Amino acid sequence: MSAVPISYYLVLSAILFGLGVIAFVFKRNIITVFMAIELMLNAVNLAFVAFARAHNQLDGLVFVFFVIVVAAAEAAVGLAIVLAIAQNRQSLNIERVNLLKF
Amino acid sequence: MLNHLWIVLALPLAGAAINGLLGKRWPQSAVNGVGIGSISLAFLAVTELVREFAELPAGQPAMNSYFPWIIAGNFRVDFALRVDQLTVVMLLTVSFVGLLIHIYSMGYMAHEGGYYRFFSYLNLFMFFMLTLVMAANIVVMFVGWEGVGLCSYLLIGFWFLKKSAADAGKKAFIVTRLGDFGFTVGILLLFWTFGSIDFGAIFAKAAAMPAESMTQAGILTSICLLLFTGAIGKSAQLPLYVWLPDAMEGPTPVSALIHAATMVTAGVYMVARMNPLFSRAPIAMLAVAIVGAATAFYSATIGLVQTDIKKVLAYSTVSQLGYMFLGCGVGAYAAGIFHLMTHAFFKGLLFLAAGSVIHAMGGEQDMLKMGGLRKKIPVTFWTMLIATLAITGFPPFAGFFSKDEILFSAYAGPYAIKILWGVGLAAALLTSFYMFRLVFLTFFGTPRFDEKKVHVHESPKTMLVPLVILAILSTAGGWFAAPKFWGGEDFFHGYLQPVFASAEKLAPAAELGEEALHTLELQLSGVAVLVALIGFFVAWWMYIRRPKAPENLAKSLHGPYTLLLHKYYVDEIYLALIVRPLLWLSTNVLWHVVDEGLIDGTVNGAAHISRRAGGQLRELQSGNARSYASWVVIGAVGVTVLLLVLWIRMVP
Repeated sequence: MSAVPISYYLVLSAILFGLGVIAFVFKRNIITVFMAIELMLNAVNLAFVAFARAHNQLDGLVFVFFVIVVAAAEAAVGLAIVLAIAQNRQSLNIERVNLLKF
Repeated sequence: MLNHLWIVLALPLAGAAINGLLGKRWPQSAVNGVGIGSISLAFLAVTELVREFAELPAGQPAMNSYFPWIIAGNFRVDFALRVDQLTVVMLLTVSFVGLLIHIYSMGYMAHEGGYYRFFSYLNLFMFFMLTLVMAANIVVMFVGWEGVGLCSYLLIGFWFLKKSAADAGKKAFIVTRLGDFGFTVGILLLFWTFGSIDFGAIFAKAAAMPAESMTQAGILTSICLLLFTGAIGKSAQLPLYVWLPDAMEGPTPVSALIHAATMVTAGVYMVARMNPLFSRAPIAMLAVAIVGAATAFYSATIGLVQTDIKKVLAYSTVSQLGYMFLGCGVGAYAAGIFHLMTHAFFKGLLFLAAGSVIHAMGGEQDMLKMGGLRKKIPVTFWTMLIATLAITGFPPFAGFFSKDEILFSAYAGPYAIKILWGVGLAAALLTSFYMFRLVFLTFFGTPRFDEKKVHVHESPKTMLVPLVILAILSTAGGWFAAPKFWGGEDFFHGYLQPVFASAEKLAPAAELGEEALHTLELQLSGVAVLVALIGFFVAWWMYIRRPKAPENLAKSLHGPYTLLLHKYYVDEIYLALIVRPLLWLSTNVLWHVVDEGLIDGTVNGAAHISRRAGGQLRELQSGNARSYASWVVIGAVGVTVLLLVLWIRMVP
């Protein structure tokens, strides 16, 4: 069985990351933005796994576990913030969360 | 005592510190106790010091070195004190006259505010003056030199709420500073030439140097001229004398102590101290003599027409200081120092007596509003008369011997310049006239004030006792240096001989024999006394016999009279030539252009730029999370592109 070349994984990872970035920048709904972040994280995970496999080293896999853990924590905190914002603003529009400025 | 010279300095300093820090809440008696007690103890210490010094083998100065003060490379300044014969004379004069004036101040300042402050400053002045005369090197001397200047400033401006007093203080400080600049450069040049600032080392090295001549001026002449610049400022000689008359704004005891008896003579002391250098620099000697004689005559002419009793005495002080410099300049250092001492007695007395008159008149200083005080304040009158006889040079009063010795040296001494003798003699004539004019206007004639309003009263005992003691000294003080043929011992000259020995060795031999010299000196004394008598009679004729005469004379000689009354317009000339242009330069260039434009501009400009930049940059901080994300993306893309470009350029 011939292995899928690493570049395929990397291109896929880059496409997913790019989608995540575009969604993050252009979407207004906080939940969607949140999902975009998750998408970017997972795109990076894919790249890590691909490199780990290509180089036959475990470091990349270990990183992936860390990223998953952090992402889980982030999801917990982030969703709590989203709920708080939803209650406060009666809206999930990110444009309205703009108090932190000069 | 000779091993503990510091005690002499520590006592007045402690008095100044205690009175200055604590005296505000104390009653006057406590302030008196500290202020006068410290000076009395210092005087006792000085007498003990002098007694011990007399037992030392002659010719050796007593040295005390306390701690190294400045060490930088081979430049080394020790805080060291030195006592030799010249110091002894100065110490005795300064501490004794100082003590008397402290006692006098008790009475004079009794009703003034800031009593503790006055005594604190006065003690501080004594500390610096004693430092000045006891210094073993020129840097420590400079400390005393500047310190007395500071105290002079503080005491001239003692009534600092009065603008004229505050201004006079500033004027004194700034004008003497001009001279001090030369003095400092002179010190640097001294160190550069001799590699040391210690008097002993400098004099030893200078003794090995060849004397310079009129045609070959070198480093010694430059040093001496620079040092003499300092003396011109401090001792109020032409052209920097202008501060001294204004200094009369201070309380009268201050005028007596600082601006007549001690501080202003510091320049003379310095020139005498540096005599091994000066006597090797004939051009500098000539400069000293000419400046001295010119000042003696010049300020005496101004003294002729002044009506403020203290101003007359101020110009008289300038004039007498000129005599001292004339003495030093013609190589008669001992005569100069002797005149310094007798002048401290009689001019101190004149000022104190003038203070007593002002006190009696309730603050009036204008002699035209006095008159007929002779009977009302007899002690003041008699002591002042004695001082007047002393300053005008009538035998056997003190001034006769000192002034005659100077004039004689100018006529027949080793460096005699006969023209300067003539100038000095003319100044003596003027001195006699203006001093008797002062006495006649103040004490004789009919009162020219409202006797109902002014309650004329003799001063308290604390003021009269110093007057009487100084009167005794003004009478008898001359006999210290009375030459042999007058029946004296000329003790003074012999005593100072070790200090001036090297200078005297250099002097050319006298042309005349001893007998001839004595005859000549007698003849010159006769001339001087005759001149003083003429001054007396002219004053008597003008102010007693024909009281209308001065007015008529002023009218007929209107031009010269106004010129003298306005002191040759020197203040106005300085104002126009120096002060105004300097103010203009400072205001329009240094202030508005350099300070406001350049310095403030740079600082404010930097602040302005950062504020504008910050104002622009803060727009980035929009609070919109997506815009932040965009910036992150742009940055990431930028970095990636950069890496790509670099990679592409490296690979092929």
